[in-house]
Amino acid sequence: MGWEKIGTALLMVAMLIFIFPRMRQALKHSPKGTTSDWKGFILPVAGVIGFVIFLIMMVR
Amino acid sequence: MFQQQSAISRPASAILETNKVLRNTYSLLSMTLIFSAVMAYIGIAMNLTQGMGLVSTIVGIVMLWFVLPRTANSTSGIPVIFAITGLLGLGLAPMLNYYLAMDTNIVMTAFGGTGVIFLGLSGYALTTRKDFSFMAGFLMVGMFVVIGAALVSIFVDIPALSLAISAVVVIIMSGFILYQTSSIINGGETNYIMATASLFLSLLNLFTALLHLLSAFSGRD
Repeated sequence: MGWEKIGTALLMVAMLIFIFPRMRQALKHSPKGTTSDWKGFILPVAGVIGFVIFLIMMVR
Repeated sequence: MFQQQSAISRPASAILETNKVLRNTYSLLSMTLIFSAVMAYIGIAMNLTQGMGLVSTIVGIVMLWFVLPRTANSTSGIPVIFAITGLLGLGLAPMLNYYLAMDTNIVMTAFGGTGVIFLGLSGYALTTRKDFSFMAGFLMVGMFVVIGAALVSIFVDIPALSLAISAVVVIIMSGFILYQTSSIINGGETNYIMATASLFLSLLNLFTALLHLLSAFSGRD
């Protein structure tokens, strides 16, 4: 295993340690979304998924 | 109707401040993206090794975590954000070299695709003025799980896992773009340097995930 792989793994472990308290805080304090709120998120993300599928078909 | 009422209920000074943050964020974001692309080009021309790219990325991330939050409220935050985006751009060079050697068209498609997705999502958040603050927990958990899965994929070579990670990254980064843009619009983010850093990272991750997906499905990776 090259040192690059170990370095990347260490960087990712550091990211997990860095993100964990922020994740807990976000889970505790962020407001809960209603069904309508989630629909407002799903709609553009579905558009993104459709667009990525279109790009994949273009490069095949 | 509700959106008009909420806009009216905000004081004019707050709306002006929001527009200023938005304008400054997009100006700084475009400049940092150009600078990052120039640095990536320099890295490609220098034929930067994977190890050097990793070191550049690590230095950029360390600056992002520890230097930027201390300087973001002053003018010294500007050179810091340029240094971070430059280092991250330079860190991208070995990967870009690899994909460019394979097929230039895929890199260009991923680049254009990232631009279209960003413009589309920003346009959606700006025109609907929806508040996406409810997504903070979901996005952070998603990010945590993705990093954990990426850590596993370093040691366990499963192509399907790697592809699944890239697909989830595209969805999470799309969510982050919506969340960050709505945060600026609704006054949650008032620091344009921090807003630029967040949007830059989302774009960078979106681009790399898209690049991976396109090259894998084109049968060249």
